Amino acid sequence: MAAHLKKRVYEEFTKVVQQQHEEIATKKLRLTKPSKSAALHIDLCKATSPADALQYLLQFARKPVEAESVEGVVRILLEHYYKENDASVRLKIASLLGLLSKTAGFSPDCIMDDAINTLQNEKSHQVLAQLLDTLLAIGTKLPENPAVQARLIDVACKHLTDTSHGVRNKCLQLLGNLGSLEKNVAKDAEGQTTKDVQKIIGDYFVDQDPRVRTAAIKAMLQLHERGLKLHQTIYNQACKLLSDDYEQVRSAAVQLIWVLSQLYPESIVPIPSSNEEIRLVDDAFGKICHMVSDGSWVVRVQAAKLLGSMGQVSSHFLEQTLDKKLMSDLRRKRTAHERAKELYSSGEFSSGRKWGDDAPKEEIDTGAVNLIESGACGAFVHGLEDEMYEVRIAAVEALCMLAQSSPSFAEKCLDFLVDMFNDEIEEVRLQSIHTMRKISNNITLREDQLDTVLAVLEDSSRDIREALHELLCYTNVSTKEGIHLALVELLKNLAKYPTDRESIWKCLKFLGGRHPTLVLPLVPDLLSTHPFFDTAEPDMDDPAYIAVLVLIFNAAETCPTMPALFSDHTFRHYAYLRDSLSHLVPALRLPGRKLLSSPVSPSITPHEDPSQQFLQQSLERVYNLQHLDPQGTQELLQFTIRDLQRLGELQSDLAGVADFSATYLQCQLLLIKALQEKLWNMAAPLYLKQSDMASAAARQIMEETYKMEFMYSGVESRQVVIIHHMRLQAKALQLIVTARTTRGMEPLFGMCEKFLQEVDLFQRCFITELPHLQDSFVDKLLDLMPRLMTSKPSEVVKILQATLRQSTFLHLPLPEQIHRASATIIEPAGESDNPLRFTSGLVVALDVDATLEHVQDPQSIVKVQVLYPDGQAQIIHPKPSDFRNPGPGRHRLITQVYLSHGAWTEPCQIEVRLLLAYDSSTRISRPACLDSAEALPLVENSIEGTIPFSKPVKVYIMPKPARR
Amino acid sequence: MPEIKVTPLGAGQDVGRSCILVSIGGKNVMLDCGMHMGYNDDRRFPDFSYITQNGRLTDFLDCVIISHFHLDHCGALPYFSEMVGYDGPIYMTHPTKAICPILLEDYRKITVDKKGETNFFTSQMIKDCMKKVVAVHLHQTVQVDDELEIKAYYAGHVLGAAMFQIKVGSESAVYTGDYNMTPDRHLGAAWIDKCRPDLLITESTYATTIRDSKRCRERDFLKKVHETVERGGKVLIPVFALGRAQELCILLETFWERMNLKAPIYFSTGLTEKANHYYKLFITWTNQKIRKTFVQRNMFEFKHIKAFDRAFADNPGPMVVFATPGMLHAGQSLQIFRKWAGNEKNMVIMPGYCVQGTVGHKILSGQRKLEMEGRQILEVKMQVEYMSFSAHADAKGIMQLVRQAEPDNVLLVHGEAKKMEFLKQKIEQEFHVNCYMPANGETVTLLTHPNIPVGISLGLLKREMALGLLPDAKRPKLMHGTLIMKDNNFRLVSSEQALKELGLAEHQLRFTCRVHIHDTRKEQETVLRVYSHLKSVLKAHSVQHLPDGSVMVESILIQATAHSEDPGTKVLLVSWTYQDEELGSYLTSLLKKGLPQAPS
Repeated sequence: MAAHLKKRVYEEFTKVVQQQHEEIATKKLRLTKPSKSAALHIDLCKATSPADALQYLLQFARKPVEAESVEGVVRILLEHYYKENDASVRLKIASLLGLLSKTAGFSPDCIMDDAINTLQNEKSHQVLAQLLDTLLAIGTKLPENPAVQARLIDVACKHLTDTSHGVRNKCLQLLGNLGSLEKNVAKDAEGQTTKDVQKIIGDYFVDQDPRVRTAAIKAMLQLHERGLKLHQTIYNQACKLLSDDYEQVRSAAVQLIWVLSQLYPESIVPIPSSNEEIRLVDDAFGKICHMVSDGSWVVRVQAAKLLGSMGQVSSHFLEQTLDKKLMSDLRRKRTAHERAKELYSSGEFSSGRKWGDDAPKEEIDTGAVNLIESGACGAFVHGLEDEMYEVRIAAVEALCMLAQSSPSFAEKCLDFLVDMFNDEIEEVRLQSIHTMRKISNNITLREDQLDTVLAVLEDSSRDIREALHELLCYTNVSTKEGIHLALVELLKNLAKYPTDRESIWKCLKFLGGRHPTLVLPLVPDLLSTHPFFDTAEPDMDDPAYIAVLVLIFNAAETCPTMPALFSDHTFRHYAYLRDSLSHLVPALRLPGRKLLSSPVSPSITPHEDPSQQFLQQSLERVYNLQHLDPQGTQELLQFTIRDLQRLGELQSDLAGVADFSATYLQCQLLLIKALQEKLWNMAAPLYLKQSDMASAAARQIMEETYKMEFMYSGVESRQVVIIHHMRLQAKALQLIVTARTTRGMEPLFGMCEKFLQEVDLFQRCFITELPHLQDSFVDKLLDLMPRLMTSKPSEVVKILQATLRQSTFLHLPLPEQIHRASATIIEPAGESDNPLRFTSGLVVALDVDATLEHVQDPQSIVKVQVLYPDGQAQIIHPKPSDFRNPGPGRHRLITQVYLSHGAWTEPCQIEVRLLLAYDSSTRISRPACLDSAEALPLVENSIEGTIPFSKPVKVYIMPKPARR
Repeated sequence: MPEIKVTPLGAGQDVGRSCILVSIGGKNVMLDCGMHMGYNDDRRFPDFSYITQNGRLTDFLDCVIISHFHLDHCGALPYFSEMVGYDGPIYMTHPTKAICPILLEDYRKITVDKKGETNFFTSQMIKDCMKKVVAVHLHQTVQVDDELEIKAYYAGHVLGAAMFQIKVGSESAVYTGDYNMTPDRHLGAAWIDKCRPDLLITESTYATTIRDSKRCRERDFLKKVHETVERGGKVLIPVFALGRAQELCILLETFWERMNLKAPIYFSTGLTEKANHYYKLFITWTNQKIRKTFVQRNMFEFKHIKAFDRAFADNPGPMVVFATPGMLHAGQSLQIFRKWAGNEKNMVIMPGYCVQGTVGHKILSGQRKLEMEGRQILEVKMQVEYMSFSAHADAKGIMQLVRQAEPDNVLLVHGEAKKMEFLKQKIEQEFHVNCYMPANGETVTLLTHPNIPVGISLGLLKREMALGLLPDAKRPKLMHGTLIMKDNNFRLVSSEQALKELGLAEHQLRFTCRVHIHDTRKEQETVLRVYSHLKSVLKAHSVQHLPDGSVMVESILIQATAHSEDPGTKVLLVSWTYQDEELGSYLTSLLKKGLPQAPS
């Protein structure tokens, strides 16, 4: 508190000095409201020194100016500009002019002349640059006015010869943003001196200042972005810039070359020092490849990135990028690809083993000469070996894009991608695994490559393993040994990391499905069947055995001969797995067995429909009942809720919808139950206990409505109305219960008032939706609104009670896609018996690893809660960087939670769980006061404003007393 | 003519004993001061008597620069400074300064204690020598004296390895030392800016090789180790204490971490521990990954790698052991090798080159039965692998560095003559620069073209710059002025000022030229035709027709008179001053071509 006060004091104190001026200024502003300019004028006239004037201008700049008064203000500023001797003040005025001309609704053409005039006599380079910037602002505001543009371009050209780089920069920027090509050509006919903007900008490619050169290239790129077609002649100029001394110039030049290569891919350019010619895109590709070994990593990243988007390059050039051997040496060597193949087949250890096994062979004579000049050779080899991981990632990305468009290239780059699986930075490894997955349609892995890929399965990072599983799902394997190897490695992985179970099963499902013929010869081996003897029945609960079965069953789906190899227990296990893991095990056509449905495949698709139908039917049944006896309604609701919940468990894709509707029905059920209470018929004080139950119901409904609103993704506004309506009913119930159970009218006044406000708010927020809510609680309430406003609280309560009873049950329309947010904490596993020991008062870090599903924007809403045995709770906000997004709708939270507590006598468990924080104002804008009322400090387990959405995990900790 | 002289005392067409003398701009610099591994006699050190027969070295050398701590680059330093006698400054980077004495001491111990040599430098000499060392930072420009300055660039290779730029006035040379253009697990790649030195002295160990991707080798290495460990076998990696050892440690450490492996890794203690300490300390000299993650965890604080104890070698179960020395010729690595050689599950990985005669060389060349001391026969059943992890730039890397630095001349050292020949040819062919490869004691002299600064007044500069309309490229430009050489400096001043300063009167020089034109018309008309013709051709200049019947182009006067003999020919008199020479001669040549046919 003291600190706060101190801060306040400081704030006020620091303001004092400035506010003196400001107050006067604001006062004046009020007095002379019609013209803001006048106030400014007076201020500026008063200023005795440049510093003063600058101060006024700075203050003035803080406040927005209305569009009407801009012109006046500009005049004043200009007037002062001419009088001012101090360059810094003029600079500020110039920048203000630019700001003002950007004001929405103001057309700056009226001030353009003045702005141009100010340029005439200006001596300071900085001010000149600023004025040109202002002109740029004006010019961009008036894009349709060719006369203005032409004029501004003239001005820019005139100042291009300025000695200051800043002014030249701005001029070029102006040209880039405003210069046009076509219109000038049209004017050429009228005899006006034509200015070829591109030519002018191009001349500045050789400026002596690197900043101006960069600006010139940027201006050129700007022209391109604005849709002007750049001349091909620029290409040669741009190529020269690639060997510039300054990295920003080279970086921009690479971009320019890329743009040109996209514009004129098929043009022919000569190769210097020989009389051959090649396509421009190939030449540009070679040049950009060359830049991958530039001295500056910024340029290297830029070049590597752009390579990826040069799809038109001919395959001959493309494949050179992976070929280091042709480079610089002029001697023919085997490619890396060939060598790897050879090495594998000969069982050789490494290329480093024999001295000179990569020694240059015979010399190449011609042809290769130009390859060096173009430099495409080995670009990716370099990029992938680069020191900076940024470059490596860019190279992997580029490789991915190029490989997607060229199958033969994909085949070639495979070896290099596989190599990247061993990079030292996890991000790069992950990226290369993803890349491989993306191109896996085009490739078949050789056994040695598969071997390397599989070696990564032991990686301790879950991300990597999962990405690899995903990759294996899409991989084509060429031999049965390959499949066997993959299976063995996956089982090893499973043994080492049991948590990967699901992911491995899924992977094997696809692996089996893709390679039925390769699995077939492995079956007896895998099931360890023997032609004569019965073998022991494997343990059905063994995840490894299940994994093998998943592979086999999925292969058997398209391979009818396979089931003949199964032994009896395999069939039994099949039946079991088909039921328990139906998403992994397909329906098989088994011999001698009546299949559940003989035409298997077609029946599978409509198979989903019955459950959908069932859902619809049960909901309709509920919605149709309006005037059933209360007992029957309750029962029906109870059954339906039970059905829906079960359905949600069985059908994972309908889980969201089912849960959502079940929750809604649950609310309704609670409401009905609460209204059935005897409390309403009795004198209030006698039924305190029951009333407790009714208010508990109200509270629970509130909670559930928050869950409905914030825990599901895909909720639309129509659902939101209904949810809010339900909440309103709950609030009404609460009010009634309070009225019944409390004596005295005083508190009721406030509550009634508040409730009526809420109704009002509801009406305002959902005015468009109101027609859908006929006969509902709120509909009736709004009819009675005038009466409610005037009546006493007791009467209000009575009316409310009646309306609540009479109101009908609103139909909840189901949204298209709705998913319930869920979270699983993977780590800590909560099974440890060893307490985490730390010294009390100090901090221990607990690693938390969790997967989140269907959470939108988890960075802002997911929190971690730690609950200590003494009831003390702590909420931790994870950093945005702790969240990763491995797939659509999926997030992964990897963070550290800091724990601390006073000393305990013995270890105890704390609970860690994830919370979903919500802010009711996010969906509907509410007055701030209501929010603050909701965000109460925590009580009990649940916290206002947050919903727990993961199972709590217990962690055993032991804060030891500090030793002295 | 100014020149740079280079004389290698060692490492000329040879590897080892790096020592190169450079005379540049009147300054003498010695680059590196190494010993030769192959010799045990006087040839192991460079012949310092070449520098000066009698008289102190200090008087002759301005400074000594050591590129990195390998003994073939710094091994002769105490001998040179203490025994031969040199008191001038010695420059090296901080890590080199820290690690260098450890290695020197080790070298001294082996030579004196083991081999029993006398007349060798002592520990005290090493200490005294290190006192003369001045440590430099990367990219720090050190002013050795008023004219000589040096600057270090990162070179990869080993911790603290640096390339040095030596600069006197506008002449400069770059010495690379040993460097690596591809990053490895613990060091980054060498980098230099476009400093355009007059001379680049580069190593050329791998002049004829283009190495394969490092990743393949790393992967193979890891795979072999992993497989052996999984099989329950033991892996022996004989290493030298510094450099590659740390790289392999990092490699295995991260792999163990990634793959969650549990088998122990041991590192033989002693020298290595000390060295690891310095690696921990000089974290800024390592690669991106280590530099970025050291806040969380210093990669050199190994989690899985522990100190080795003699007794561990008999422990059952898998393990990986790094042991010195690297060639299996003595010490701990040989002891362990003898213990493990009999089991085919075990493996030995040789990460470097082995000298002939060592056990390492024998097993690499495929011998399976070794005769140990005492007539004992050791049968080698364990697997033997060779894995080269060299930290030198390959041919491609050298070319890349040359491209980055853009030198005018290249000089190759630290390599074999035959291989250098190949690289020399490539460099000359691709960069069109001279390339030299002197042998030891052979002097190369290069002519340089140093810039001579000339002062010019701002007014004149601006005036001359304003003449061109187009943007000013950074290229030579023609200027008019008078060069005054006075008091040992140069000044460029306008001619008026020069006249004033020298107290001379101005003379005007005028050229006059007659051009005969066949034209039958009157003089006035001819003049008019000339006028209109010039007007149309010279758009950028002012062309005036004066009332007295002459034409002025800028300040050039053209008059026409009838030819005295032939009235059909007119004589055009063109007159211009010396200052307008360019335009004047252009005009005459233009007029000599004749006038365009007038529309009649």
